[in-house]
Parts: sequence; structure tokens; C-alpha cells
Amino acid sequence: MELKTENIIYEYDSGTGYAKRALDGVNVTVRENEFIGLIGHTGSGKSTFIQHLNGLVKPTEGRVLWNGRDINSKDFDRRALRGHVGLVFQYPEYQLFETTVLKDVEFGPKNLGLSEEEALERAREALAMVGIEKEFYQVSPFNLSGGQKRRVAIAGVLAMKPDVLILDEPTAGLDPKGRDEILGRIAGIQKETGNTVILVSHSMDEIGEFVNRVLVMDEGRIVMDDEPRVVFSRLEELDKKGLSAPQITYIMRDLKKAGLDADTSALTVEEAKKSILRALKSPRGPY
Amino acid sequence: MFRDITLGQYYPEQSIIHRLDPRVKLLGTLVYIITLFIGKSFFVYIPAAVFLVMIIALSRVPVSYVMRGVKPIIPLIIISAAFNIILTPGNDIVSFGIIHITSEGIYMAIFMAVRLFFLITGSSILTLTTTPTALTDGLEKGLRFLIIFKVPVHEIAMMMSIALRFIPILIEETDKIRKAQMARGADFESGNIMKRAKAMIPLLVPLFVSAFRRASDLAMAMEARCYHGSQGRTRMKPLVYKRLDFIAYGIIGAYLATVIIMRACGL
Repeated sequence: MELKTENIIYEYDSGTGYAKRALDGVNVTVRENEFIGLIGHTGSGKSTFIQHLNGLVKPTEGRVLWNGRDINSKDFDRRALRGHVGLVFQYPEYQLFETTVLKDVEFGPKNLGLSEEEALERAREALAMVGIEKEFYQVSPFNLSGGQKRRVAIAGVLAMKPDVLILDEPTAGLDPKGRDEILGRIAGIQKETGNTVILVSHSMDEIGEFVNRVLVMDEGRIVMDDEPRVVFSRLEELDKKGLSAPQITYIMRDLKKAGLDADTSALTVEEAKKSILRALKSPRGPY
Repeated sequence: MFRDITLGQYYPEQSIIHRLDPRVKLLGTLVYIITLFIGKSFFVYIPAAVFLVMIIALSRVPVSYVMRGVKPIIPLIIISAAFNIILTPGNDIVSFGIIHITSEGIYMAIFMAVRLFFLITGSSILTLTTTPTALTDGLEKGLRFLIIFKVPVHEIAMMMSIALRFIPILIEETDKIRKAQMARGADFESGNIMKRAKAMIPLLVPLFVSAFRRASDLAMAMEARCYHGSQGRTRMKPLVYKRLDFIAYGIIGAYLATVIIMRACGL
């Protein structure tokens, strides 16, 4: 499995005097079993970029390749591709429309041409993955709580069993508990299936502890593409882009500046705790 | 797909016509439409054409831009002309079986086509030079006398301006939902009419749900700001006639008089 973009450029109102570049030459290759965080502030081109990956938006220039084949060529089946590259939009709960939760989740698999039984099976599987109990299967999706709606909507894409799952700010507008729930589920699904997940976010804190690769977008370009530790170590550059590293990175940097032998590459509170304790207990003394 | 639709088609410019009070423009348009129907012969089109050309020139909206608004109406003009040619009784010029093409029919067809053309162009000048907000303000104030007949003028105007305001929002929303469903494998482009109509359900249900949600949010926000209809409500920018508006009324009156006199003289 390989999803690759070759120098894609996307312009709004192309050809008129008001042309605006949303993407300005993006080269990214996505392979199996990756957990990618895509970060950038509002208007950096994140949402436009991910819509290129399943052929919803056609690049003005450049190509998007799925296993080496151009997805925008005439004979390419883009509908089938959407089963392989699943995209969950921002506020996905606004796309629910069916009379029951189960039927809504079956919509995707049925569009892929699966039989009733298979669609049902997949819907059940997907709902279990996002933690929606059986008692909700026959409930109208409009009667669920916000967090539940969102999980059902995510299940709607999961049920298509995509090789690449892209989520556009899946935690926007949720409370901290709902946010942790969703992120935990997504991380679990990624580990379990070994499929690639691309998580779009503007918060480093949110993704730092989960992902194993970070893409930073700025003004329609990918400006950084590396492991989280490496990306977060470039604090000054991130600050200039109007982004920030996880809060823990700043704490560790300041501790280090203050003379404590702390590990500045710690990504989670847990790692930071260990590193600080180790430094404090070190035989040479903490400072 | 939905991005291409331009509604309200306001053309920003600083011309005399743009600066006129919306009530003047509304009444002017109404008078213009009436005069088109007063005339019985082509002569009435002479003052109508002069009036229209003068307005377009003063509005400084490019002629090509004005004509763009007329384009979608061309099929309508052609169809109505075709019916006029076929269905007007009179002296036959050519006839195939039951279809008779008469000289009166051809005359009528051209007469009607020109009338429709003037009608559309004239009214599109109104929307090209007036913002939707100014238009509803003008309607509200201009039709205020209807309150005597218990017509809720303010409420109707408010509904109109809210509806206009929501058009671009709903277009954007439709685009979003359409893409989200396409990401779930929905197919809006192929199949016969029945299949396509069915494919619209996943688009229309969320759209209606969101329209209702937005409406209730807006109602809540308006109530929170103590909105309670027209009673005791004042405006930030009240519509006040200026000298320019009275001159415009004079010109409109003169134009109307010209057409009526022409009609009285049998032209």
C-alpha cells in the first residue's frame, strides 16, 4: 500500500485575477502501519490537502498516486478508492441521515457493493470499535449525545475498512473526556488493525503522545516531516509558524535551562515524570 | 459545483444609481415594468430603451455583466416567441397541417421577446445596484403603509433578509455534506432519475436538520438580544430621501407621463 502525492498544487478561482494558492507543491508518501499527525494552523491547507487524498478535490497541478496509479486519470475508480482511503470530515455528526444508527453505518459498506449480511457484519464491527453498545443500534442517530453521534459517524467510515483512515480534527468541539475517549479509540484501532491513520489537528498536545510521524503544514507547504521528537525539538521554528510544541516540551526545556538534567525530548507527562525523577535521584545530584 | 452559483449578483460600484434610495429604485422598477405593458406598439419601446440605456450608463455596471444576468432567460424568450409565432391567429404566411405561421404571429413574437428582454434587464439593474440588505430595508419602509391592513411588513422584511443571508451558508453546507457522503462512497452523478433522486436523501436530510438547527440557534440569539419585532425598533441607518432621490422621482414621473401620453395619442 502506498499513497503518494507528487508536487500537488491547488488554486482557488484558478485562471482569474483572484487565484489563491491553497496548496503549493506538496510531496508526501504514506505507507502501511503509520500513525501520522498533520498539523498546521487555520488556513494552512490541511483540509484541502486531505481532500486530495481520496479524489474529492482534483489538484490544479501535480498527481496523487494510489499504488502507483494516478487517481485522477479517467479510468480510475475513485468511488472504490474511497473505500481504501477513508476520510472523516470535521464535525462528521452533521452527515448522519438514516433512521437508525445501524443503517447509517451500513451506508458506506453498501455503497462499496457489499451484500446486506456483510454490510451488517461490518457495521457491527465498526460500532464495537468506537464503543457504541448494542442497545443503540436501533436508535435514531439524531437522539444520541454529541460525543456518541461523532463516534457513530466515525464508525460510518471505519465500516468501509479503509487502508488509510484520515480524520479531520475529530475532537473539535468535544469536552476533555469525549476528546480522550475518541483519541484513545483511534489509537487503539490503529494498533489493532495496523492500518495507517492520519490525524489532522492544530494541537500538538493532542497528537504528541500517539503519532509516530508528524507533518507540519504552513502556507500550503509541508515544512516539516519527521518523528515527533525531532519536530518538537525545533521549538523556535514552530513558534515562528504560529504553532507550539506540546506543553511538556516547554516545561522540560525550561527545566533544562534552569540546570536540571531533564530529557527535553519527552513527549508525554509519564515520560517527563520519569526523566525528572531520574535527574533528581541521580548520584551526581540533580544540578 | 455549487461555488459557481452567484446569487444577489450585486455589482459594487459608486455610481449615482447605487447611491439612490432603494425605495426610489423599487418604485422605478415597478413603473418601468408597468410602462412596458402600457404600450401597444413598438413605439413605446423607444422611451423604454432610452430610459434603460441611460440607467445602465449611469450605473457604470459593464454591459457584458448586465447581459450575463439575461443569459439564463434566453431559452424562456425563445420558447415564448415560438408559441407566439405558432398560436397567434391571423393571415397565414406558411402553414404545415395544423401549424400556421402568421404575420401577426411573427409581429407578436418579436414584440413579446423585446418586452421580456427589457423586463429582465430592467429588473436586473435593480439587483445589480442594490445590496440585498438595502433592498429589504427599502421594501420594509416603502410598504409600511400596508400596516393599516394588518400586514406584518417588518416581520416579512426580516424574514426576507434572513433568508438571503442564509443562502451562501446553506450552499457551503451542501457542498460539505455532499463531499462527506461522497467520502462514504455515495454516488450523485450516475444512474437514472429515480436512482439519482434517491441518492439525494443522504444530502437533503442532514441539510434540513442543519437548517432547522441554525434557525433555532438564530432565534435563540435574537431573543437573547431582546428582539421582539418591529415595535419601538429604530434603525442604525434610517432611510432618508436626499435631493438626488427627488430628482430621480421627477425623471421617473416624466418617463411615465411620456409613455401615457404616447398611449393616449394611439401610438
